[in-house]
Amino acid sequence: MAKIIVVTSGKGGVGKTTTSAAFSAALAMKGHKTVVIDFDVGLRNLDLVMGCERRVVYDFVNVVQGEASLKQALIKDKRLDNLFVLPASQTRDKDALKPEGVEKVLNDLRAEFDYIVCDSPAGIEHGAQMALYFAEEAVIVTNPEVSSVRDSDRIIGILQSKSRLAEEGKSVKEHLLLTRYNPERVERGEMLSVQDVEDILAIPLLGVIPESEAVLKASNQGVPVVHDDASDAGQAYDDAVSRYLGEDRPHRFLEKQKKGFLKRVFGG
Amino acid sequence: MSLLGYFRKEEKSSASVAKERLQILVAHDRVRTNGPDYLPKMQQELLAVIRKYVVIDDEDVNVSLEQQGTTSVLELNVTLPDR
Repeated sequence: MAKIIVVTSGKGGVGKTTTSAAFSAALAMKGHKTVVIDFDVGLRNLDLVMGCERRVVYDFVNVVQGEASLKQALIKDKRLDNLFVLPASQTRDKDALKPEGVEKVLNDLRAEFDYIVCDSPAGIEHGAQMALYFAEEAVIVTNPEVSSVRDSDRIIGILQSKSRLAEEGKSVKEHLLLTRYNPERVERGEMLSVQDVEDILAIPLLGVIPESEAVLKASNQGVPVVHDDASDAGQAYDDAVSRYLGEDRPHRFLEKQKKGFLKRVFGG
Repeated sequence: MSLLGYFRKEEKSSASVAKERLQILVAHDRVRTNGPDYLPKMQQELLAVIRKYVVIDDEDVNVSLEQQGTTSVLELNVTLPDR
């Protein structure tokens, strides 16, 4: 039986799709059969970040509405054998996803996979609520910035009141993932620190992803950033997923990088 | 810190300003979004009643509902203008 994880944030542009791609790829790399679903109906982008945009034939809405089978719509990742992508529709309106239809698709996937990662659209409207409704765990992607932290708090409130588990009197397991973190600016007092964000949101920290050039490079190329194992962001995502799977890994990239001798001499 | 900065008045870092603002805002948001639906409307009506007698701004009235064990406490805070 698969575990359903939603990647959500409230605010847009904080790194939900980047995280969904990296998280699902890392789960697959570690041997877990994983499917990642794009819930952003009308504005699909996960396919692009995963590098499978030219192989989309059928989409999530087609499956929900019975116009295509799961087998037809699932796209197998070209790098990892046990990773699949279910793309969003680009043409349908955002209310095309009905809870009963979504539930049926998730139930069918559950039998086949170890993890189902749901990439939520921004906002707190229908699409975002559909993405989180069936989730058992949630990765709350947050930037160390006031509007993102506030919106994350709102989405945590929604997880605690409007998810199916909440309706059954249980709770969704929450994980904080702080992205675009810049230790230099934190040290200068220009950016909220990990501790500040943890104090406000009061949910357990899963990982901190440093602001990194590798993220844009990865999405340019359509390769989830965990494949770039030399990069700081790639390593940070790998750590976060290992931690998610129960491994004890210390948090890295929280301190200002000390410049080495060569860098000090030649700059960099 | 530079020598000039040393003599300048101690200024709060923007990150600590952000944290303080967020702590207040998030607490406020939580009450508003988790509170009963009638709270905003009641706040408006209370405001209208008070306005019959005193001139006050929207920000001068603060209505909050707090859960203390099994009882709910409705707190009404009105800042009256200086005479």
